[in-house]
Amino acid sequence: MSNFTSATSIAQNVASGAQSAASVVEEHLQRISQREEEVHAFNLVTSTEARERAADLDARIARGENVGPLAGVPIALKDNMCTRGIPTTCSSKILEGWKPPYNATVVDKLFAAGAVFVGKTNLDEFAMGSSTENSAFGPTRNPLDTSRVPGGSSGGSAAAVAAGFAAVSLGSDTGGSIRQPAALCGVVGVKPTYGLVSRYGLVAFASSLDQIGPFSHSVADAALLTEIIAGYDPMDSTSIPKPAPSLVSVLGRGVEGMRIGRVADLPEGADADVLARLDAAFVALEKAGATIVDVKLPSLSYALTAYYLIAPAEASSNLARYDGVRYGNRVAANDMNTMYADTRAAGFGDEVKRRIMLGTYALSAGYYDAYYGKALKVRRLISDDFAAAYVNADVILTPTSPTVAFPFGAKTDDPLTMYLCDIFTIPTNLAGHPAMSVPFGTGQANMPVGVQILAPTLGEEAMFKVAAVLESAA
Amino acid sequence: MSERLSAADVAKVARMARLNISAADVERYTQQLDGMLDHFADIDNLQLADVQPMTQPFPLVNVLRADVEQPCLDREEVLGVAPAAEQGRFRVPPSGGEDE
Repeated sequence: MSNFTSATSIAQNVASGAQSAASVVEEHLQRISQREEEVHAFNLVTSTEARERAADLDARIARGENVGPLAGVPIALKDNMCTRGIPTTCSSKILEGWKPPYNATVVDKLFAAGAVFVGKTNLDEFAMGSSTENSAFGPTRNPLDTSRVPGGSSGGSAAAVAAGFAAVSLGSDTGGSIRQPAALCGVVGVKPTYGLVSRYGLVAFASSLDQIGPFSHSVADAALLTEIIAGYDPMDSTSIPKPAPSLVSVLGRGVEGMRIGRVADLPEGADADVLARLDAAFVALEKAGATIVDVKLPSLSYALTAYYLIAPAEASSNLARYDGVRYGNRVAANDMNTMYADTRAAGFGDEVKRRIMLGTYALSAGYYDAYYGKALKVRRLISDDFAAAYVNADVILTPTSPTVAFPFGAKTDDPLTMYLCDIFTIPTNLAGHPAMSVPFGTGQANMPVGVQILAPTLGEEAMFKVAAVLESAA
Repeated sequence: MSERLSAADVAKVARMARLNISAADVERYTQQLDGMLDHFADIDNLQLADVQPMTQPFPLVNVLRADVEQPCLDREEVLGVAPAAEQGRFRVPPSGGEDE
C-alpha cells in the first residue's frame, strides 16, 4: 500500500479547511523537484499555474464555496490531452511547442471538480509503445527501480502517481497503455468501457480503441475519478448517451456470490511469478465468497494480430493530419508534397513511422482484404468469445502484463517483442469492454505484479467490487 | 523469413504515407515489417467467410445538433499556432510537383 495521501482524503481535507490546497500543491511540487530529474515523468511541470489555481481554490473555500469533489487534488495529465494555451506534444517532435486552442472534455470536467493540474506527462510518441522508451524527449524511469521501464504508453502518468508527484493522473489506453504501466509501477489503472469517457480533445491514435482512464494509489480514488470523467458528451460521436455510473458507492459490497472467470485457454507467455500472483488472487476472491468458473476464449491468441493490423490502420489515417499545414512543425520546401514528406520524416520517430507504414500497407489496394478486412473479422470472433464467456462469469481475471517491469533496452531491438507486452490487455480494447489493473503483490526482483479484472460492456460496478476485495487482500 | 513484402513495396508505402525515408531505412523497415507480417500469418487459416467485420465496439449512429450558431474556436488563436498563416488563412507552398 502507498504512503501517499489519497485523492479522496486530500479533497475532504481541503474542502473542510483542514488543509490548504496551496500546502497540498507545495508538498507535491517538492517531491517533483526532488525526483523528477531522475524519473522524468513529465514533459512539462506547470508549477506556476498549479500555485495560482491552488490559491484561487483556497480563496473560494474561505468564502464558503463548494469547489467540487476533487478540491485541491493534484493531478497529472498524459501529454496527449489538449490543454488550452499549454503545450501538448504527444512526446513527438512534430507537435513540439504546439498550444491547443481548446481543452479536452476531461480537462474541463476535472477543473470543474476542483482539481489542480501539476503537469503534462511523458508517453511513447503518439501513445505507440509499451515502455515509454519511444518518447522524442527521452524515456521515463520506473520510480520503484530506475533501471527499469515504467511500462507504456502512459508511463509518465503511472510514474507520476507512483512517485507521489500527483495524487492521481489520467492516461489513455488503446491496447493496454493505462493498465500495463499501472501494473509495472504498482498503482491502480482503469480503462473504462469504450464511449463512457469522452475522447474529445484526446489526440487520436486508433479511434475505435482509444479510451481515457485514471491512475491512482487506491481503488476508491480510481472509482471517484472514473465517476467524474465519465458521462455523455455531444462533442464525441461515440459517447454513450447515459449518465456516469455510481462507482464509489459499490466499493465494500464484497464479491459474495459473484462468478469470477478463469481463462482455461489463456495464451502462453506469462512468467511464473506473474501467474503465481494470479492464482493467489483467485484464492482471495474464493475466500471472500466468490465462485471461480472456467471460461474459454479460443480466439484470444489471435488478438495480437488483429490489434496490430487494426490499430496501425486507424493510426495511419489519424496521423495523416500532421502535414505541417495547420499545427505543429514544418520543414520548409518549395512544393507542397516535398513539404509534407520532409515534415513527416523529420517530425515522427521510428516506431510511429513503422506503424504508419504497416497501417498504410494493411489498408492499401490489393492487401486490404488479406490484412485489415481479415483483422476486423477476427475482432468479431474475439467479441463473440467474450459474449459467450460472460454468460457464465460476471468478470474475468487475467494477468495484466506477462512480466514485471523490465530493464531499459530489453525489448527495443525487435518491435514484435515489445508488442507481446500487450497480449493480455489488447482483447479488451478490441471488444470495447472495461478492464482495470490492481496491484497484487510482487514478483521477480521485488517488482509489483498487477492482476487484471475484465468486465462486459458497462460492467464497471462488478469490476470495481472485485478490485476493492483484491486491494484489501493484497 | 518469408519475404511477404519487398523493399519496393515499402518504398511505395512510404510514398503513399508521405514519409521521405532513406534507402537504408527502407531496407530496415522491410525486414521489420516482413517479420511482423510473418507473425500475423497466424490468422491466415481461420474460416472467416461467414463472419461479419467489426469496425467499432458498438453500432454507430449519426450525431446531429440543431443548425444554430454556436461559439467556435477563435480564428486568431488557431492561426497563431499554425506553421505559417497569411490574411486569415493557412499558408502553404505551391502544390506543383510529383504526386503518386
